[in-house]
Amino acid sequence: MSSLSAKVQEVFNEPGCEKNQAKFDKDRKKGCTKQLAPGAAAGGCAFDGAKIALQPITDVAHLVHGPIACEGNSWDNRGAKSSGSKLYRTGFTTDMNENDVVFGGEKRLYKSIKEIVEKYNPPAVFVYQTCIPAMIGDDINAVCKAATVKFGRPVIPVMSPGFVGSKNLGNKLASEAILDHVIGTQEPEYTTPYDINIIGEYNLSGELWQVKPLLDEMGVRILACISGDARYREVASSHRARAAMMVCSKAMINVARKMEERYAIPFFEGSFYGIEDMSETLRQIAKLLVSRGAPEDLIGRTEAIVRREEARAWERIRLYKPRLAGNRVLLITGGVKSWSVVAALQEVGLDIVGTSVKKSTKEDKERIKEIMGDDAHMFDDMTPREMYKMLKEARADIMLSGGRTQFVALKAKMPWLDINQERHHAYAGYEGMVELVCEIDKALHNPIWDQVRKPAPWDKAHAA
Amino acid sequence: MATVVTSRKACTVNPLKMSQPIGGALAFMGLKNCMPLLHGSQGCTSFGLVLFVRHFREAIPLQTTAMSEVATVLGGLENVEQAIVNIAGRAKPEIIGICSTGVTEIKGDDIEGFVRLIRAKHPELSHIGLVSVSTPDFKDAFQDGWSRTVARMIEQLAVAGTPRSIRCVNVLPGCHLTPGDLDELRDIIEAFGLETLFLPDLSGSLDGHIPDEFTPTTLGGISLAEIARMGGSVHTIAVGEQMRGAALTLEERTGVPFTVFDRLTGLGPNDSLMSLLMRVSGMPVPVKYRRQRSQLLDAMLDGHFHFGGRKIAIGAEPDLLWTMASFLTEMGSSICAAVTTTSSPVLERVPTQEVLIGDLEDLEIRAAGCDLLITHSHGRQAAERLGVPLYRMGIPTFDRLGAAHRVSVGYRGTRELIFDIGNVFMAGAHEPGPDTWRHAQPAHVEREELVTITELK
Repeated sequence: MSSLSAKVQEVFNEPGCEKNQAKFDKDRKKGCTKQLAPGAAAGGCAFDGAKIALQPITDVAHLVHGPIACEGNSWDNRGAKSSGSKLYRTGFTTDMNENDVVFGGEKRLYKSIKEIVEKYNPPAVFVYQTCIPAMIGDDINAVCKAATVKFGRPVIPVMSPGFVGSKNLGNKLASEAILDHVIGTQEPEYTTPYDINIIGEYNLSGELWQVKPLLDEMGVRILACISGDARYREVASSHRARAAMMVCSKAMINVARKMEERYAIPFFEGSFYGIEDMSETLRQIAKLLVSRGAPEDLIGRTEAIVRREEARAWERIRLYKPRLAGNRVLLITGGVKSWSVVAALQEVGLDIVGTSVKKSTKEDKERIKEIMGDDAHMFDDMTPREMYKMLKEARADIMLSGGRTQFVALKAKMPWLDINQERHHAYAGYEGMVELVCEIDKALHNPIWDQVRKPAPWDKAHAA
Repeated sequence: MATVVTSRKACTVNPLKMSQPIGGALAFMGLKNCMPLLHGSQGCTSFGLVLFVRHFREAIPLQTTAMSEVATVLGGLENVEQAIVNIAGRAKPEIIGICSTGVTEIKGDDIEGFVRLIRAKHPELSHIGLVSVSTPDFKDAFQDGWSRTVARMIEQLAVAGTPRSIRCVNVLPGCHLTPGDLDELRDIIEAFGLETLFLPDLSGSLDGHIPDEFTPTTLGGISLAEIARMGGSVHTIAVGEQMRGAALTLEERTGVPFTVFDRLTGLGPNDSLMSLLMRVSGMPVPVKYRRQRSQLLDAMLDGHFHFGGRKIAIGAEPDLLWTMASFLTEMGSSICAAVTTTSSPVLERVPTQEVLIGDLEDLEIRAAGCDLLITHSHGRQAAERLGVPLYRMGIPTFDRLGAAHRVSVGYRGTRELIFDIGNVFMAGAHEPGPDTWRHAQPAHVEREELVTITELK
């Protein structure tokens, strides 16, 4: 475990994050998330985070080394889409039993890798460490090393047992795994001056494909998206990109920062959510590529696309503005979404009456203040009871949140929209913003609300 | 009738099985004003929570002791204590149900001992019930976690020597029954003038209704006072072989005799239920159920054309597998593949050649050539690859509405099941064309092949 705790400390010390660097050494060791309170905690573990970060790599076999809970209770439940292989949706686990716990799970792990290679022949196998093998001391690094040699393909250990921390930490530990074992291990067939990496985008509901047509039109090639709709080979050869964009706040900042250090790939932090953010992102991509030697006409080409798309999106959104303006939104989410969605909603005249910043970094919070001004109602830790109360008392007209708190809104008979990773709609780029606005409109103006809020006949009789 | 085989693979592919602790947690969700608590890493709870939210489409009360790496090494007493204190303060439950997980079992946390220490240290929490159960993830499956937890509830909460009530019947439902099934059973039993006590009772808690106020704990469910009264009931009806242990525990503690119904889907089992209820209540079968029986007979007559000769592959926990395999066989279908999650005495009796304790990859391989796949929603990829329809049964059913309200018990529930599955067959019927019979294989060849295939397995 010593190498793992060293890794955790390394991840906690993130030079790419100014907030992290401003901390004293002692504070930094605690990482950027709060200590979990037993009996009052919500959210996934580090393993969950690692799986979220890497599972979108589509042609890889993702093998979970642990008891049935870790994979059996959760497999195939994420919305990352693939344009090719569907292997990433196959649930592989060693399903450790009592014997494995007593005698060690290494043999079962090795045999499992063998079975996967023989039956499914993937270009690589990712092995996820979980709490129990970590506790009993299974050396999955050694097993992966031996399997790599024996089976002639990369078998990569992802050291992220659940109990080391939160989902966010798991994202980073997963990033470390691909930095250590994948990135830079293969060469692309060819390169162009227009090659970029997109880091921290998972292609949930196909969101990458809302953006890709525009990049195609600009002539920009996604050398690798890490990790949405990615092939193993793309990630392995991503070190030849000319520039990189980092999305999703700080979840994969270590990939962006270390690729800059190791391969001199400059990166910027951008967002696909919201019209202005999207335009800014496209401009940044163009600018960064030109600064790296791409022909200058890219900037003009990009500007033309941005102008055209903005006009088209605004035109379509304007239709909704009279129906949406003034409606009050309660936004319960974490990290990047709290500010990137705030910007988007304000564009259609929605009034943000509150946003949660539980999982947001300090920098995220700064961004929210920047966008929303001083009257930003940020809730650090809003309990479901408080959310319910706020909706029940009609201090908000709609809640946007993840599936976990869906029923808090619905039981208060208030409209709700899923903006988390299990959602079924794609909200990225110009198309996605039109889609989001359309979905909010559908949710707010559905005829059921008037019906479900009417009292039952017996209650009416009682009142009269 | 069946040989029970355990898969010899090292790697489980596309799990059918879910873990014990969340089976236990679900049982606690059938108690009133309860907060289930998993003693483990926060991911153990988070995965279970998401699973149940997606299945029931309800807010799910489920907490975690949030064990960190350090806490795991040092032991979890402090975390369990803090969790109980925090839950008592924030959610104000009547009872906290604690399930262990693999992590804390390996460390060797003695939760029962913890509970005693916490009781001594916090007299101010004496009004809150604490029930703990050992449910390591690395052993057994969801169904075992459920039945073990119900047995523990009885051990810790049932009371001997309560006054007898000859009109009260206990029901111990297995985890394969839906809230809709429980409602149906309650209606049936109450129609005989009897009162019912369901343990656990998901019908009031996860049946999808709109409460007047927000509660962070469970809604509905059976109260502690009601559980205490179970010892005075005249009879206990256990549904599913998994509930035999709990029924036995209750009988040992309180002397209430019991009957185990290994299933309540199909004509025969429901005739037995009616006989028992007549005997216990001393009342004749109400007209309503005589009519429903007649309707079921008619449904069987109408439906048998579509079920006859169908080959069906089932992946389900033992009691659900037994229920569905028996019912479908009684309708004229044959079970060409049966995969389950954990061992059970019912498995040997399943009407098929072999029952495999395995996963959905095993089921997919064995299901080749079947007419219908029956398993939970995770069978969707297999069904798509096989090009056969999937009838979803069991937890999780996350890609269809109304999983909690599906009814398959009683005469009426059986009738509905015949219609539902019969309709799937009818929807998949192919129009014949001029070449349909040109290259068709004679039926007997196909049957011979079948025999060879099963022998090879």
